Amino acid sequence: MAVCTGCSLLCDDIEVSIDGRRITKTKNLCRKGFGRYRSLASDRSVPRVDGRQAGIEEAISRAAEMLRNAKRPLLFGWSCSTLEAQRKGIELARRTKAIIDDTSSICQGEIMDMVIRKDIPTCTLDDVRNYGDTLIFWGCDPSSSHPRHMSRFSYFPRGEKLQRGHEEDRTAFLIDIRTSPTAKILAGNFIQISPGGDADLIEAMLAVLDGKIPRVRDKKAMISMMNRLKKADMGVIFPGLGLAYSLKGRMDRMKALVDRLNETTRYNVIPMVGHYNMRGFNQLLFDETGFINRVSFADGVDHGPVYSVVEASKSCDLALVVGSDPISSLPAGIAKALAGVPMITLDPHRTLTTELSRVVIPTALSGIEAGGSALRMDGVRIEFDPIVKSEYPSDEEVLSKILEEI
Amino acid sequence: MVSAMEIYQLTPKLNCKKCGLPTCMAFAVALLAREKQIEDCTPLLEPKYEAKLKKLREVMAPIAGATETGLVIHEDRCYGCGNCVVACPVNVANDPKGSAIGLGPKSDRVILVVEDGVVRCLNPKECRRFGPNRILCNLCTATCPSKAIEFV
Repeated sequence: MAVCTGCSLLCDDIEVSIDGRRITKTKNLCRKGFGRYRSLASDRSVPRVDGRQAGIEEAISRAAEMLRNAKRPLLFGWSCSTLEAQRKGIELARRTKAIIDDTSSICQGEIMDMVIRKDIPTCTLDDVRNYGDTLIFWGCDPSSSHPRHMSRFSYFPRGEKLQRGHEEDRTAFLIDIRTSPTAKILAGNFIQISPGGDADLIEAMLAVLDGKIPRVRDKKAMISMMNRLKKADMGVIFPGLGLAYSLKGRMDRMKALVDRLNETTRYNVIPMVGHYNMRGFNQLLFDETGFINRVSFADGVDHGPVYSVVEASKSCDLALVVGSDPISSLPAGIAKALAGVPMITLDPHRTLTTELSRVVIPTALSGIEAGGSALRMDGVRIEFDPIVKSEYPSDEEVLSKILEEI
Repeated sequence: MVSAMEIYQLTPKLNCKKCGLPTCMAFAVALLAREKQIEDCTPLLEPKYEAKLKKLREVMAPIAGATETGLVIHEDRCYGCGNCVVACPVNVANDPKGSAIGLGPKSDRVILVVEDGVVRCLNPKECRRFGPNRILCNLCTATCPSKAIEFV
């Protein structure tokens, strides 16, 4: 059985047939996971130094030299690396007095912060399968982002206490701004809101819980939904990026709703993390520094929005990007600022970021060519072994060599 | 998915009975149920119906690979999410330690499995839509987010 590192569900029931380095047949992989396995042979990056092709040792030495000379380096990415590589990354940040940040800074950071600090209750996905009878997918579309989420853990499977699965025992609601593929499955329980309307919806939900008339168009539907939510034995809220962006800076409202729901019954929150080991990095950095992201080691340990990739890309003099493609995913203005900084990129594939980097170090594809461990979106540690041999070292080996040379 | 009425519009509408059925509408229904072939309608093969024949072959192409139960899988639309695998009552009954609890199928008697990122149909004869006591079960189509599974 192999583990799929295509998303943060880390499905560990994958069967793969291999012929040399070629994947001949896979079972139980969703389309997204299959894409990751198939990427083994497509668009791989090659070692490059200052625009010309080079040996991998030379690229590592040059990277170490650049890091040694940098005054204010930024280490970014990390969400697609194993826990072992992330540990080395944090050590490297300490040694080079760097700013370290991961993709959660522009993603689920705020919610993840509350979950890791235990400000809001959480549970594992196995608990959801066995006991979670009322689910709220909020601002996310699991059918597209985590294809096996609903079939493996949340809505469809039979659980210990929920033997009749989705047919009778489970109720799932979807709150989103558009009729997504998930909305087609949950058509009867789909609440469509206007963009940015999440805060108003939370107020309306709180009003019903307080016995007041909610200020929404369909008051009857809202009251019946809240009655259903109150009847839950164990409810779970899955906040997605839609909610994270809409409630930016006002996440206390979300906490207020979860606290209020927890007065009557048990409600947990599991953020819909995108990259396969974002939670792992957040947890590791939290254990070491007390903050989940946006940390600077320049003068002890400092934390703040000024150390986010968005701000730091304008002020750093070197960027080390590990397993991420910020040039494609960040807004144009910030990507432009980052592209102006000398970049070292560790990535198994060719991306826009590797194309613009001064040093490119190709690495093994974790989960397929490199083993290690990672934290699933609910914080459960999953270990995996390599299933194919790689000609390139893993992220962890590259970072160890850089650390040695520094 | 093509309907019997759409197929009827593409027949010659002569009610000539050469196919053995009383009307062209009956032929359209039989064609959709895969009880008749396009070639059974001999007037349709005449040159003046060439355009209709071409169009009919086009609309019938997606359902050519349908199983005995009429199940059609549009692989290009499938996400490989496995909702149908886990929701299918026959999969659940035949594979309680695998697909019933959300894992990949562990039994050989399951109907639906996900291979290479798309769903495949293995044992259509196990389906509740098959045989003399068939019922109109639609859990695999109702749980599909992309309408990749359809029944003819």
